[in-house]
Parts: sequence; C-alpha cells; structure tokens
Amino acid sequence: MPKALSIKQLSKTYATGVHALEAVDLTVESGDFFGLLGPNGAGKSTLINIVSGLVNKSSGNVGIFEYDFDKQVEKTKACLGVVPQEFNFNVFEKVEDIIVNQAGYYGVSRTVAKESAEVLLKQLELWDKRHQPSRVLSGGMKRRLMIARALVHHPRLLILDEPTAGVDVELRRSMWEFLQKLNAEGMTIILTTHYLEEAEQLCKNLAIINQGKIIEEGTVKDLLGKLRQETFVLDTFENIGVNVLQKLQAFQAAAVDANTFELSISEKQSLNDVMRILDEYSIRVRSMRSKTNRLEELFVNLTHKKSV
Amino acid sequence: MNKEQLLTAYWTITRKECVRFLRIWKQTLLPSVVTTGLYYVIFGTFIGSQIAPISGHTYMQFIVPGLVMMAVITNSFANVASSFFGSKFQRDVEELLVSPTPSWVMIAGYVTGGVLRGLLVGALVLGVALFFTQLTVYNWAIVIGFLLLTAILFSLAGLFNAAFAKKFDDTMIVPTFVLTPLTYLGGVFYSIHALPSLWQMVSQANPVLYMVSGFRYGFLGIADVNIFVSLSILVVLSIALIAANLFVFSRGYGLKN
Repeated sequence: MPKALSIKQLSKTYATGVHALEAVDLTVESGDFFGLLGPNGAGKSTLINIVSGLVNKSSGNVGIFEYDFDKQVEKTKACLGVVPQEFNFNVFEKVEDIIVNQAGYYGVSRTVAKESAEVLLKQLELWDKRHQPSRVLSGGMKRRLMIARALVHHPRLLILDEPTAGVDVELRRSMWEFLQKLNAEGMTIILTTHYLEEAEQLCKNLAIINQGKIIEEGTVKDLLGKLRQETFVLDTFENIGVNVLQKLQAFQAAAVDANTFELSISEKQSLNDVMRILDEYSIRVRSMRSKTNRLEELFVNLTHKKSV
Repeated sequence: MNKEQLLTAYWTITRKECVRFLRIWKQTLLPSVVTTGLYYVIFGTFIGSQIAPISGHTYMQFIVPGLVMMAVITNSFANVASSFFGSKFQRDVEELLVSPTPSWVMIAGYVTGGVLRGLLVGALVLGVALFFTQLTVYNWAIVIGFLLLTAILFSLAGLFNAAFAKKFDDTMIVPTFVLTPLTYLGGVFYSIHALPSLWQMVSQANPVLYMVSGFRYGFLGIADVNIFVSLSILVVLSIALIAANLFVFSRGYGLKN
C-alpha cells in the first residue's frame, strides 16, 4: 500500500531569509493517525501549507499516496482535506453554501454536494445553522465548519492544523471521537496540536519538529519509552516526617505539605521500593497521580535539549 | 479532473460570483445606473441640446454608446478586483488554492462573474438611455462582440490587479488614476477628429478609444478608428492579459508564499 504522505528533503526558505524547514524527511503510513508536534514557529504550519499547495517549497519532494505533488498536482490535491489553523472562509457566506461550494471546487455536482453537506452538518451538529452566515457562529462551530468543509469531497488524507485550539473540553472530546471514527473507517489523519494530551490520546505515530527539523519520530509508545523520568504526587493519610523524606532521597522526594509529597522515578527505579519504605513507616497512600503529562515532559526535554 | 468536474468547478465559481454581486446590488448595480442617468440628463439633455448633430446623430445618441461602455469597463474591473482581493483578504481564496481546480478554470470563473456584472450594468444603463433618446443598432454582431471583449479584457485586468494587491487601496488606484482618465479621454464625449492632430495621435495610445469607437460603430455606423484595428487591439490585449494571469496563478505570485 502506498504511503499516505512521503516527504523527502523538504526545505523552505522565506523571502525574509527565515529557514522554516531544513531537509525534512517524513513518512506517514496509510491509515495512520499521525501527530506532528512542535513549539510555535517550529515549521509545522509551513510543512502543512506546502503539502496543501498554499506555500511554494524551496526544494525537496512531496508525495501523497501514489501521486507526486510536482507532476500530478490535481490528483494529490483531490486526495487531501485540509483544516487550517485560522478561520479562512467567507464570513458573509451561508454555512451550507461554504460546504457546497467547496465540493464544487473538487468537481462534485451540486446535488451530491448538498447530500454530503447535510450528512456532515448533522454529524457535526451544525445543521440548524445551515442558513446562517458563517460570521454568527461561535468559535467551536467555526472549527467544526472547517472540518465539514475539508471532508465534503471524501478525502483519503485529512490534515488538521491545531483543530481544537480554543475549543472547550466537552467539544474537544466530541471532536476526538469524531476523528477517531473517521480514522477507524480508514481515513489517514495528520494532526498538529499544542495539546499533548490530545496527541497521546489520538495518535499512533508521532514526529516532533523543532527549528525546521524533525528531531524525533516513532510510535507514541516508543517515544514515551525514551522518557527516562516521571514525576508523581502522592497524598497520604499520615503526616510525612523528615525521616521518611530522607529515606526516599534516592527518589528526589520533596514535601508539598504535611500530607503530600512529590518524587521522581527514573527508568531503573521501581515504585514498589517507594511503597515498601512508606510501609516501614506505616504511612498509607490515599492517592497517587502523575504530575505532568508524560508526552509533554518528553516534548519539553527534546525541544529544550535541541535548543541548548 | 475530467471535463464534467472542470465544468462543475467553473460553474461553482461563476455562480458564487453572481450571487455575491446580486446580493449587494445596491453597491454593485445601482451606482452606475444613477451616475450614467445623471450624465444623460446633464450632458445629453441640458448641454447636448445646444450641440450640433455629429454625423447626423444627436449629441445624446452620440454619447450613449460611450457611456454604456464606461459602465461596462468600470463594473467588470471592479467586480473581479474587489471580489478576488476580498477573498485574499479573508483568506477564503485558500478554499480554491487547496482544491484541484486548475488555474485556468479559476481565471475563467472569476472573469465570467465580472463579464456578467459588466453586461448586466451595461444593459441597465442602455435601458435608462431609452428614456432620453431613440436608439437604432447598425450592426448587432459588432455591438455584442465589442461589449463581450471589453468586459473580458477589464475583468482580466481586475483579476491581475487583485492578485498583486496587498491592501484594498491597491485595488482602487487603477480605477481612480488609470481607468477614469482613460475613459474620459477615450472619446466618450467627443470624436477625436475634433481634437488638434497632436492630441489625436496621443489619443491613439489610449486603448479605451478603440473600445468606444468600435462599440459606437455598432450602434451608429460611425467610428474614430477603423473597426478591424479596434477589434485586433482588443483581441491582442485580451490574449496578453490571459497569458499574464495564467503566469501569475501558476507561479502563485501574490497568492502563495
């Protein structure tokens, strides 16, 4: 099966002299839910805009499924649905017209486009707003409108550039479910996001981009395996004394208050040892939680290391 | 894309353009009708009644073709320039740029929108003229041919302007400082034969002269310039602007980063 996205030695230097991408190689398998992570200005949007035809590359090759972007641009674009980071629709146009017109640009007849628009607008809970001009929609509705617009021509590869930015938690969860359903039905999805929890929940594979270069790539599991340390917060029934903290020195234990403390577990340490020590002092653990999102910790480690 | 898909994409752009200018008809259709109506009243009736007939036609009959052409020129240009720049400004042009619609279909769609507005306003302005004078048509084919070619030419010019425009002011510079002077000096209100020979020569560098002259020939059977020369100049300019727009769209100048 052909790769959904195959990028080779892709570079982009803007007229201002900024090197947004430097010889990027990236492959996304067909059917994957792929996460592209990186800090602001890392080159994520430039990469997506080159793939979707909104930015001209300086050099390199882009392939989408069996098509070469330079040689078969119409066919590559027909495979692609793009949800950009910023709203890019006519605010005076009606919701339904935005979807139907977009389908028309892909050669989908008006009758078929109207049927597809109805299905999508209902799925994304925008059907009641179909006759409204898009400017009256809330931020979350506008995000969903862009998703509906990107799907109306049934693309094989959907690219979403921070689709849940500024969306409340409940709506974000429902969008996750919708995207997971699309992926389960066979659609390849590439997602850029700042919400690392989102990437950990949704993505099978990840790439981390920083300063225009891919600095890490692999499965979510493998990447998390590279995380050498994790911080936990433990709440206890009994007060924690100085003695206990000294005993847990190897775990960098530090008190937060009388009944709460933090500790770090490296890859060679075990939580069992912590529990045993607490047991020795008859301290019962009420609850325990990971202090930080594991992926976030990895992300910060990697991007910081690269910057240094 | 196959032929049917290309046609669908073309109709989608054209339909969208028509819906836009019909929705805001008070801004797009009415102003030219009112302005040209005032020209008819002031120049045609008040002043024109004191001017001797030109080649056997009243002054009112003489200026009607030029005023219709002026409305077609400004509306065709303005429709595409404002609509396409508006799409760039709101970034909804990206809907088209990410799609497989080829550049030539995008150009054809926008230009058709501009042509249709130009023709509609031209028809309205011509209709208003009938309240002031009687009009006869000398040659329908020439009237329609010049009307269409002029509307196409200025729609293409509007698209070219909008592609490079970075702010709304940039789309106003050409109509204000180029189109308006060229139109007023293009023989709308006078025959260039009434000018000194030096100014007759200068006038021949003005492309609007050929459009007005040819269009007037279609109505009255009189022209300042040979009809075939006028037609050739329009065709050459249109081909040049088609090539320029295709180049700009294919390279993404003013459209892509």
